[in-house]
Amino acid sequence: MSDQRILPSGGVLRYTLKERVIHWLAGLSYIYLLLSGLAFWTPWMWWLALFLGGGSVAREEHPWIGLIFTFAVVYMFVMWSKDMYITKQDREWRKFIGEYVRNEEEQESDPHKAIRTYQPFAPVDRFNYGQKYLFWVMFWGGLTLFVTGMILWFTEYIPWSLRFLRLISVILHPIAFLVTLAGFIIHVYMGTAVVRGGFSSVIRGEVSMTWARFHHRQWLDKVVAEETPAKKSS
Amino acid sequence: MLTTQALEVKNASAGAASPGIRLTEPVAKLIDTSTCIGCKACEVACQEWNDLPAETTVNLGTYQTLPDMTSHFWNLIRFNEVERDGQLHWLMRKDQCMHCADPGCLKACPAPGAIVQYENGIVDFQQENCIGCGYCISGCPFNVPKLSSQTKKVYKCTLCVDRVSVGLEPACIKACPTSCLQFGTKESLLLKAQKRVDQLKASGFTAAGIYDPAGVGGTGVVTILAYADKPEAYGLPANPTIPLAVWLWKRPLKWVGNLAILAGVVGTFLHYLRYGPKRVPKDTPPQVPGAGGQE
Repeated sequence: MSDQRILPSGGVLRYTLKERVIHWLAGLSYIYLLLSGLAFWTPWMWWLALFLGGGSVAREEHPWIGLIFTFAVVYMFVMWSKDMYITKQDREWRKFIGEYVRNEEEQESDPHKAIRTYQPFAPVDRFNYGQKYLFWVMFWGGLTLFVTGMILWFTEYIPWSLRFLRLISVILHPIAFLVTLAGFIIHVYMGTAVVRGGFSSVIRGEVSMTWARFHHRQWLDKVVAEETPAKKSS
Repeated sequence: MLTTQALEVKNASAGAASPGIRLTEPVAKLIDTSTCIGCKACEVACQEWNDLPAETTVNLGTYQTLPDMTSHFWNLIRFNEVERDGQLHWLMRKDQCMHCADPGCLKACPAPGAIVQYENGIVDFQQENCIGCGYCISGCPFNVPKLSSQTKKVYKCTLCVDRVSVGLEPACIKACPTSCLQFGTKESLLLKAQKRVDQLKASGFTAAGIYDPAGVGGTGVVTILAYADKPEAYGLPANPTIPLAVWLWKRPLKWVGNLAILAGVVGTFLHYLRYGPKRVPKDTPPQVPGAGGQE
C-alpha cells in the first residue's frame, strides 16, 4: 500500500512506475506470443507468421519472448500476489457479478448516492474479484505455458522413453493458451472499453478520486487513511 | 526434396493440399527381415545418393552403426538380440521413415506445405517451408523425424522421391544384395510378401506375418517379420497410431478453441453494444485533507 498515494493533482497513484513497466512487459510479450502462437495454432492465421518475419523467425523468437513473459508473470506474482488472494468479501461480491456485468451499479440517478450505495456490491479493495481471477488465470496459465513450452522448445532432446512429456505438452500448451486468451480478451476489453480510466491508470499510473471511490472504495479508504494519520487516530 | 513439380501432392501440412487428377498407384518398399544379412549396403547407398555427411561412430558393442537415426543418417539397420523359446535370435531390420498413409508428422505440422504426401504415398519434408518447431517429432509414432541443430530443419528418408519421380527405384533398394529390399506398387508388394510369409510358415516360422499397421492407415514400407506376433522384438510398435494428444489437439481442441476465440471476440463486442462502458458519476470529490492543494 505504501507506494500508492494521493497525488498533488488530487488524483490517486494506483500503479507505480515499476508496476506499469512490468505490466507492459507482460502485456506486450503476451501480444507477440499470441500473434506468433496463433500462426502456429491454425493455418488460417499463418499470415501472422509472415507478418512477423516468416515462420522460422517467429518460431525462433517465440520461446525467447516466452521467457520474457514468464519473467514478467513471476515478477507480477512477487509484486501483487498479496493483493490477489480471494477473500470472503470477494465471494460476497461475486454473488452480484451479473449486476456488475450489466453495469447496474450506475442505475442510481443521484451520482453521490450511486457512489456511496455501490450496492449490493461488497466494497472492493485494490483489485476486484474479476481482476484477481484474471491474475490467477494468467499466473497458472503462464506457468503451464512456460513448462510445456520449454519441453516443446527442446523437443528433439526429449528421449523416446519420455515422449509422454512431449505429448502432454503438445495438448497442454494450446489448452493453457486458450485459457489465458479468454482472460486476455476480457481483460483488454474491460480495461479499455468498459472501465474507462483503467487503461490510462496502467499507462500513467493515476486515477481520479471519483474513479477510485467508484471502483475500489475500500482501497481508496485505505490510501486516504494512510495519508491522514492524524485522522486515523481520532 | 524439391519434387513437387514431378509428382502431384495429395496432402500437405497445415491445409496446403492440391489434389491431383492423375491415376497414381501407391508405391512401397518391401523389407524382408528374414533375408536381411545386415550388410548395411542400404545405409551406404542412402548416404551416397543423398550426399549426406558421414556420422562419427563409436563402438557400442553391437553391429548397429548408430543408436538411432540422425538428421543426416536416414537409414539404419537395427540389430536386436532377442530371446525366444529358449533360443537367442539376432534380428535385423532396416529402419527408416515408414511413409504412413495417415502420417502423424503431417497432421502435427503447423507450417503450410512443410510436409507433403504425394499421390504415390511418399511422405516428404520440404525443408524450405519447415520452421523447425519439432511438432512432427511428437506426431510420429515411429520416432523418425530428426531436427538438425545446424539448419534447424527436420530430415528423414524421402523414399528417394527424386529417383522415384523419374522412374528409378530408391537407392537402398538398388544396393541390396539379397533382394530382401524390393520396390514397387504397394499392391504388388503385398502379394509378394504374402507368398513369402506362406513360405516362412511352411518352413516352421508359424508366427510369420506382414507388418503393415492399420492404425496409421498402413505404411509405405511393407515389412515381413518371421515373428510378427511380437513386432517389438524388431523395435517396431505393435499398434502404432497418431498419438491421442496430437489428435485431440488438431481435431476437437482446435474447433472448440476457434469457436471459443470467436465467441470471446463477438461476445465482448455484443456486450459493448448492449451495456457499454461503466459510467463513473461525475462529481466533485469530497475534500481530502492533505490532497489537491496545488494544481
